[in-house]
Amino acid sequence: MRKLLLPLASLIILAMLLSACGAPTTSDEPAVIEVTAPGYGEVLTRVKERGRVVCAGRTDLLGFGYLDDDGRNIGFDIDLCRAVAAAVLGDPEAIEIVPVTAAERGPVIQTGEVDILSRNVTWTSSRDAQWGNFTITMFYDGQGYMVRADSGIKSQDDMDGASVCVTSGTTTEKNLAADFRERGLDFEAVIFEDTSSVYNAFFEGRCDVTTSDRSQLAAVQAGADNPADYVILPMIISKEPLTPVVPHGDDQWFDIVKLVMYALINAENPAYGPITQATVDDILASDNIKGKTVLGAEGDWGYSSLGLDADALANALRAVGNYGEVYNRYMGPEGIAFTLPRGLNEHWTEGGLIYAPPIK
Amino acid sequence: MTDSGSTQPESANIRPPSPPKLLVWLRRNLFNSWPNSVLTLLAVGSIYFVGRAVLEWAFFTADWRPVTNNPMLYLVGQYPRDQIWRVGASLLLVSFLTGMSWGEWRGIMRTFAMLLAGGLAVLGIIPAGGQMGSLAVHVFFLINVPVIFLGFLLGSRKFVTGSWVLGGWLFSFLVIPFLLRGIGDGTVLPTVETSLWGGLLVTLILAVGGILLSFPLGVLLALGRRSSLPVIKIFCVMFIEGIRGVPLVTILFMSSIILALFLPPDLRIDRLVRALIGMTIFSAAYTAENVRGGLQAVPAGQIEAAKAVGLNNFQTTLLVVLPQALRAVIPAIVGQFISLFKDTTLAIIVAINELLNIGKSILQSDVEFLQLQLEVYVFIAAVFWVLCYLMSFASRRLETALGIGER
Amino acid sequence: MSSSNSHRKSLTRESAIPLWRDERALTAAAQVISAIIFIGALIWVGVNLLEAAKQRGLSLGFDFINDPAGFPISEAVIPYDDSYTFGTAFLVGLLNTLKISIIGIVLATVLGTIVGLARLSTNWLVSRIALAYIELHRNIPLLVLLFIWYFAIFNKLPPTQESLEVPGLLYINQRGLYLSWPRLTETGSLFAVSLLVGLILAIIAWIYLRRLRKRSGHSTYYAGVSIAIILMSVVLGLALSEWQPLWIDTPVFEGFNFTGGLRLTPEFTALLVGLVMYTAAFIAEVVRGGIQAVDLGQTEAAKAVGLKQMQTLGLVIIPQAMRVIIPPLISQFLNLTKNTSLALAIGYADLFNVGRIMINQAGRAVPIFGMIMVTYLIISLITSLILNIYNRKIQISEKSA
Repeated sequence: MRKLLLPLASLIILAMLLSACGAPTTSDEPAVIEVTAPGYGEVLTRVKERGRVVCAGRTDLLGFGYLDDDGRNIGFDIDLCRAVAAAVLGDPEAIEIVPVTAAERGPVIQTGEVDILSRNVTWTSSRDAQWGNFTITMFYDGQGYMVRADSGIKSQDDMDGASVCVTSGTTTEKNLAADFRERGLDFEAVIFEDTSSVYNAFFEGRCDVTTSDRSQLAAVQAGADNPADYVILPMIISKEPLTPVVPHGDDQWFDIVKLVMYALINAENPAYGPITQATVDDILASDNIKGKTVLGAEGDWGYSSLGLDADALANALRAVGNYGEVYNRYMGPEGIAFTLPRGLNEHWTEGGLIYAPPIK
Repeated sequence: MTDSGSTQPESANIRPPSPPKLLVWLRRNLFNSWPNSVLTLLAVGSIYFVGRAVLEWAFFTADWRPVTNNPMLYLVGQYPRDQIWRVGASLLLVSFLTGMSWGEWRGIMRTFAMLLAGGLAVLGIIPAGGQMGSLAVHVFFLINVPVIFLGFLLGSRKFVTGSWVLGGWLFSFLVIPFLLRGIGDGTVLPTVETSLWGGLLVTLILAVGGILLSFPLGVLLALGRRSSLPVIKIFCVMFIEGIRGVPLVTILFMSSIILALFLPPDLRIDRLVRALIGMTIFSAAYTAENVRGGLQAVPAGQIEAAKAVGLNNFQTTLLVVLPQALRAVIPAIVGQFISLFKDTTLAIIVAINELLNIGKSILQSDVEFLQLQLEVYVFIAAVFWVLCYLMSFASRRLETALGIGER
Repeated sequence: MSSSNSHRKSLTRESAIPLWRDERALTAAAQVISAIIFIGALIWVGVNLLEAAKQRGLSLGFDFINDPAGFPISEAVIPYDDSYTFGTAFLVGLLNTLKISIIGIVLATVLGTIVGLARLSTNWLVSRIALAYIELHRNIPLLVLLFIWYFAIFNKLPPTQESLEVPGLLYINQRGLYLSWPRLTETGSLFAVSLLVGLILAIIAWIYLRRLRKRSGHSTYYAGVSIAIILMSVVLGLALSEWQPLWIDTPVFEGFNFTGGLRLTPEFTALLVGLVMYTAAFIAEVVRGGIQAVDLGQTEAAKAVGLKQMQTLGLVIIPQAMRVIIPPLISQFLNLTKNTSLALAIGYADLFNVGRIMINQAGRAVPIFGMIMVTYLIISLITSLILNIYNRKIQISEKSA
């Protein structure tokens, strides 16, 4: 009897699952998203009640989201979260970093479990439709290849039959497959769930090539025993605009996060100062009208209608500094993680893509 | 159970044999036949080479900085250092209660208390880097040892009964989560979010929490599986076999990610709690099977006797069957605890910062550590090995003490 | 239970029992109520789930199955590249899981038996080494062991140019293990068919003649007949395939990697070695326990009737030990199968790993997760069914013998 029950039970579970999953295939999805997503203003209310901004981040990518010696969360992505916390709550430490895996990124923002997803997420059209609202691109990246300097590989055409290490569940692995297939090249994909395993395998020689966002490759190259042993090839095979994401539905929160990001960018404009972490208070005390405008001390350009205090943006800048400072803190010439030329991520006044609408 | 049960019968084995006996022993145990002699030589050779390679690596080649730099991370993860006293207070509470249990119940609890005292003393003495190196931390670990003995003294007093100690444990399991997380909205104690908890602390919370919470659930499932009500029986069988038929990682994945997809937005379950739910569900199915084994071992005569004295079904189960069944399954539950303890490493799949995940994060915290994977993983393996070995050692003692299988 | 019920009923005056105290009525009521509560709860949960899914905009359909997957998979038993469908990708994961489970189960059983016997060896040192092996593996989480195997051992093997090699036969490097491997020539399939038919005939002959011998008591030379049939089929097959059934595929270093030969990737090998060594430690304890459970008197009795040592082991101890060994062995096999899901950590493309990538790339968490769970359930179910049947057979034949 018992022997019979086991298959029976399992079959019932199977049937249940199938019926539960198969049933509403025909429901029209886009129309219903509006129904339960947080309404206007709900996220800000929740954040203020809770006293913390909850950000999905990571703890395992040097430069972007990692731990310092004391186990504190630091990195480029983390500082963006701190800036928002400083703006809405006045305290850059009022954050909670929820570490998520690549696979969890979608679900945590879809469910509104976190207020911001700041975990080097590439902005793509399908993610924009399914996951949440992509704010503004804070890091322009592109996928590249890194190889051993003595391997003689100069371009993809030299890679036929090579083993390539890549992270799973990312846009990266799809770009890789497409790039090789278009060129009619053969390759062996060596795929890992987490980035540290990918690069460890590459350094050990398991792969001839590794591919990822070029910023990540630079971070990894910097971490090699002898960085000169590796080269990042010049070609870029994809656009990877890394962008913080907020849940669908709450336009106010969407605008607030964008506003804070814009403030970090505007503050770097030499025409306004530039405004740095150190000079925020000097500029507030000075008669630099343009600078004071950026900091919200000269007129209300939409801040109060978003529910922000007058000193919100000043607080954000006091906490993390302007965009350039955040970048340089981790990836500048003196960066604590590694050094990566800014390239596309230069301020627009320097010919880069980092650009923000005017404050008027 | 008497306290004489813990004398060392194996001391006879430990004593080295005297020289002439040694030769006899060698001949009898290692060179008693041709093939055996060859085997012995092969074994000696391989032990030599493996041992030499391992020792050379550990003492000369290996770079232990990722381990020695800040061992506090392995213990508590990112727990805020200015609030760390709360973890310490929890540990003191556990030490004290272990001591009391030793005083009250003697026997196996003595082994546990000794192991705990020994472990903490070692932690207190060995030099360490980072925050672990501070005098205060060393002193703290050492203070735990007298606290255990203090508990022992109190526990040995006549007026302290077993229910006091049990109550103490229950109290501590209720209080420690609040102590660690903070009360209410942080007015009394500042809130420390569970996303900051990590390391061995989380590993222990998942294992201990999982086993404790799964126990009542498992007992209910086991009883349900024997129920005469087919609906309940089918449900329990489905639950138990369904859970046992899939890997733990899928259950963790379900409780952490899939479950959250269906919860209303305002009902946000803490991520650590979600992982704990997964561990509990998983563990409950196995507990149920263990308990079922215990239930089957209760002789039918016991039930008939209970009926004969007029107990109803409910009373029979609660007062006669369960106490006997549960006593018989204690060793199995301890075994299950050990495997659950090892299985906590799988929480890495849902980004919980348990010991192994902290190890991985430490590898990423400095460019110079990136390639020191072997050192970190071997260290973590060693931590697990020591803890699991001690637990299985204690559980073998427990089996002897309970006299399981002697009936 | 039923006996105590009837016993009790006979003691009470049935006619005087009011309905609410009649045990039968109460039981029936409890059945109905529990059924209603249970089914109601199921419906409530189901409706809520569907509602939540609808509101979240979670797609629950399986329509993505035929879309191109778009991601590569490191190794596949069937042809696959990123232009194949999600359905094929899932199948690739499933087949990889089955492949490693089956090979792992066989190897773990062999290694576990060896270690279990070594544990019982009269050689003190061998027995201690076996004990050290068992204790080492049982007290360390499998995931940590896998990390060590893969990152600290398989990744540290020499690079391709400096392979450890037995020239023309075996090459070991950090890209994997390459073996020269016989493959069928064009006419080779005739040979294979002939061999297969021969094997089947031989097995039938073996079983039939053995039964005949048991029944009649006469010697039927069953072993000889079976071997003769196999030999004949080999010769016939060779003749049919023009004496060239096989060719040897030797690995050759070309460009970045070896090509040709049989290749085991480091991910597969590390997972296999890790799983086999880990499970073997548990199987060893099962085997030891089983053999120790056989009464010493049995051995003595066997000796007394004049059986040799090997005969004692094969005819007396093992058959009896098997009865004790089989049930826990089954659960170890199931454990091994379920533990293949840790492949995720070291990059082997098993069912769970591929499933997770699919969830991420297709954005359909719920249906794909359902597929993963159901597939694991079915695998467990089939494994335990097969082994239960085998177990029942062995227990019965044991009792009847």
